[in-house]
Amino acid sequence: MIKLFQRYILLFIILVLLQVWVLNNIQVSGYINPYLYVLFILLLPFQIPNWLLLVFSFLLGLVIDMFCDTLGMHASATVFMGFLRPIVLQAISTRDTFEAGTFPSIHLFGFNWFIKYSLLLVFSHHLFLFIVEAYNFNAFYLILWRTLVSTFFTILLIVLSQYIIFRKQ
Amino acid sequence: MRSLLNFIHTYHFIILFLLMEFFSFFLLIQYNDYQRASFLNSSNQISGSVYKKFSGMNQYLSLKEKNLQLMNFITDSRNASLTSFKQEKVPLMNVYDSIYLQQYQFVPALVINNSINKTNNYLTLNIGRKQGIDKGMAVVSPFGIVGVVKEVSANYASVISLLNQNLKVSAMFKESGYFGSINWNGSNYQYVTFSELPSHISVAIGDTIITSGYSAMFPKGELVGFVSEVDKSETGEFLEVKVQLAVDFKRLQHVMVIKNFLYQEQMQLETESSHD
Repeated sequence: MIKLFQRYILLFIILVLLQVWVLNNIQVSGYINPYLYVLFILLLPFQIPNWLLLVFSFLLGLVIDMFCDTLGMHASATVFMGFLRPIVLQAISTRDTFEAGTFPSIHLFGFNWFIKYSLLLVFSHHLFLFIVEAYNFNAFYLILWRTLVSTFFTILLIVLSQYIIFRKQ
Repeated sequence: MRSLLNFIHTYHFIILFLLMEFFSFFLLIQYNDYQRASFLNSSNQISGSVYKKFSGMNQYLSLKEKNLQLMNFITDSRNASLTSFKQEKVPLMNVYDSIYLQQYQFVPALVINNSINKTNNYLTLNIGRKQGIDKGMAVVSPFGIVGVVKEVSANYASVISLLNQNLKVSAMFKESGYFGSINWNGSNYQYVTFSELPSHISVAIGDTIITSGYSAMFPKGELVGFVSEVDKSETGEFLEVKVQLAVDFKRLQHVMVIKNFLYQEQMQLETESSHD
C-alpha cells in the first residue's frame, strides 16, 4: 500500500515536471498543446475512493495551474475529469468489480478498451479546459477544433507511454 | 440532522465535485484577469437587471406612504380651497373670519374593510370619534363620492357605501342643473341609477353627475359619475339614467371624511320647518 502510494507520488511529480518543462513548450502550429499530465488520473487504481480521486484531481490541476499561472483553470478541468472517471468506467466496463490493486492499462484490458476509456476522459477534460480558457462560446468551433487536435496528441502520447514505460505491468 | 448526514453521505461525491468546481472557478475569477473581466462584465448585466427589478419593487412598497402623503396634500388643498368655505355674500354681514366661516373640513382616512358584492355594502374607516368623526358625515375619495358615515366607535367609523340600497344621495346634472336621486340597484358595482328625473330633459351619454348639496351631507359639486345609458322606455313621467361611478369601489383605499360644521344648523332648521 505504502509502495503503491509512493509510486503514484513519483508519477505525479514526473508528469507535472514533464508537462511544465517539456510539453508546455511544445506548441504545434501555435495552439495545439498536449496535456499528458491527465495520465495520472487515468492510471489511478480502481479501488480508490471517489472522494480521494477528486482530491487528487484537484491537487494535480492546482499544481499545474501554479506553474502555468492560470489558477483554477486546469483545476476545474481535472476535477471535472475526476468526476467523470467513475461514470465512464461504469459505462464502458463489462464486469462489475475490478481486481484489487489493479489500475487501467492497455495490457490488462486491451487496446480498444483503453482507447475508449482514455479518449472519453481526455476529450472531456480538454473541452472543459478550452471552454474555461476562452470563457465564452463565441468561437465554439475553434474551441472544438483545438480540443480535437490536442486530444489526438495527448492520446498519442498516452498510448506511447503505455507501450514504452508501463509495459512491464 | 441524521437525514442531512445521510444525504451528504449518499451524495458526497457530487457535493465534493461541486465544491471543488466552485472553488476552482473562484480561483479562476479571482486570479485571472481575462476571466475576471468577462465575469464582472456579465455579472454587471445580471446585477443591473436585478437592481432594476428591485427598485421597481421598492417603489411599489413605498406606494402606501406616497399615497398617504398625496392624500394629506389633497385634504390640505381642499381645506384651503374656496369651496370649503361658506360663501357669505350677504351685504349685511361683513365678517371674514376664515375659522368661523369654514363650512367643510376634509379628514383623510383609510378604508380598512370594504365589500362590493352584497346587496347592502358597508365600509370601515380607520378613524372614529377620537378623530372627530360623527354620524352623517360624507365620505368622498379624490375621484368621487363614496358614502355616508353610519356609526362611529372610538377609533373606527362604519360607512354606508354608495353601493347600498338604503342610501339615497341627492345629485344633479352638472350642465343642466336638473336634480334627482342616486340609488344603487344591487347588481353591478360600477353603476348606479339616477332616478326621479323629469322626463322632458335631454340627457346625453357622458354627461357629468355631481352632488347637489341639498342633503347637507355632501358639499355641492362632488363628482358622482357619468351617464352611461338613458332609459326612456319607462311609461311614467320620471326618467331613469344609468350612471357609471367615477370611483372604483373595488380598489378603494384612501378616502376623505367631510365634516360639515353647519350640518346641525341646517338639519335643525329643516326639521323645525317640516314639523310645521
